[in-house]
Amino acid sequence: MDGSDAERVAQALAGDRDAFRVLVERHSRSIFLLAYRMTGNEHDAEEVVQETFLKAYRRLSRFESRSNFGTWLYRIGVNCALDLMRKRRPEAERRDSDTPEGSEAVRELPSPDPAPDRLLLSAELGRQVAKALGALSPTERAAFLLRHFEGQSIEEIGRALGLRTSATKNSVFRAVQKLRRALEPFVQVKPNVAASRAPSPNQ
Amino acid sequence: MTHPSEEQLIAYRYGDVSETHERAAIERHLATCDGCRTSYQALQRVLAAVEAAPVPERDASYGSRVWQRIGPQLDQRERLDWRAWLVPRRWVAVGAMAALVFAAFLAGRFWPRPTQQESAGPIPVQVRERILLVAVGDHLDHAQMVLAELVNAGATETLTKGGVDISFEQQRAQDLVEANRLYRQTAARTGDSTLANVLDELERVLVEIAHSPAQLSSAQLNEIQQRIEARGILFKVRVIGSDVRQRGKSAGQIAPRGSS
Repeated sequence: MDGSDAERVAQALAGDRDAFRVLVERHSRSIFLLAYRMTGNEHDAEEVVQETFLKAYRRLSRFESRSNFGTWLYRIGVNCALDLMRKRRPEAERRDSDTPEGSEAVRELPSPDPAPDRLLLSAELGRQVAKALGALSPTERAAFLLRHFEGQSIEEIGRALGLRTSATKNSVFRAVQKLRRALEPFVQVKPNVAASRAPSPNQ
Repeated sequence: MTHPSEEQLIAYRYGDVSETHERAAIERHLATCDGCRTSYQALQRVLAAVEAAPVPERDASYGSRVWQRIGPQLDQRERLDWRAWLVPRRWVAVGAMAALVFAAFLAGRFWPRPTQQESAGPIPVQVRERILLVAVGDHLDHAQMVLAELVNAGATETLTKGGVDISFEQQRAQDLVEANRLYRQTAARTGDSTLANVLDELERVLVEIAHSPAQLSSAQLNEIQQRIEARGILFKVRVIGSDVRQRGKSAGQIAPRGSS
């Protein structure tokens, strides 16, 4: 698995299919993570991962070697996820009213031997987080995830989503505001329950 | 300073407060104002909860599994990638193929019928039939690619200040219009009204794409996408394409029935 991403891209463009395989193997997990956070369920996330690499392959000649391949791929991934979410939005809205999308995933997650009360709290909080993320518009969700989890700048996010700087800032703001309204009641510091797991501010 | 707004606190959290003095002012304020500090801490807890939300694990071999799934599709897509058809060398071949097909049509005025008799022309009926159907099938494949690209455009296309660049799709649609007209006229002449109708609809869409501006705003793109979807043309092209391919296979494998 030697060779930088840029070298692999150049090899793939020259017809070396194996070079693209290396890129797929290298970036699949991070794209899955992004896709899962965007879509909120594993099935859709898998679909987004595949579509992302298929599109990347077909558009490889448009990749500029001075750019970061991971960032470029992320941009494709975000947009593939946005497409899927927009397509499924009416369905998601219906589901949203009863079962949150992420609940299945929360149940499936391995828990490192948690205390029973903490498990309950985590599962409930996980459901609420999934529900709150699901209530964001696709653009708000994408802008928030790129800002929060990927640490991308407002300008980078704007380029990825085709938004102006002010609209991008606004999307991040609205997303955080909505998350806060939805989740604050669940993360209030209460003695003996939440205090032990509520993280202290890091800034 | 006065109490920072929620927007300022969020920007502060993400380091998006660029002015040093403004940032310092918020810091000082948070150190002295209990209400704002509590509010900021609540924001931090919410974001930490979002961050801590579980995500299903994928092990180290996940990438290999993804590759196994998409590898075969890459080959297929590579073959079907219409952008490759923009290479001039290939266009010569496309032109030659279209001419050959057209000549076959004119020579025999032939459209496949299961009971068609062997003609006395220089190209055997089955071969001519097969060439024709393969060419129409390819044409429908290429049209399908252009439509699918447009329906999915705006996602990964290069978004510039002016909107979405569809010049590739536009060029390709323009190139397909001529071939489409030929196939449509021939299908109509030989009485294959189903194919002629789909080709007629397809031609209208292709002309519309060819005449669109190369640079579309999101709203314009959306409008075109909705029109394509409302007509169901992508589905129709897919269905008729599959039918044509099937007929092409039959023509290549089975001798015409009812020959005497």
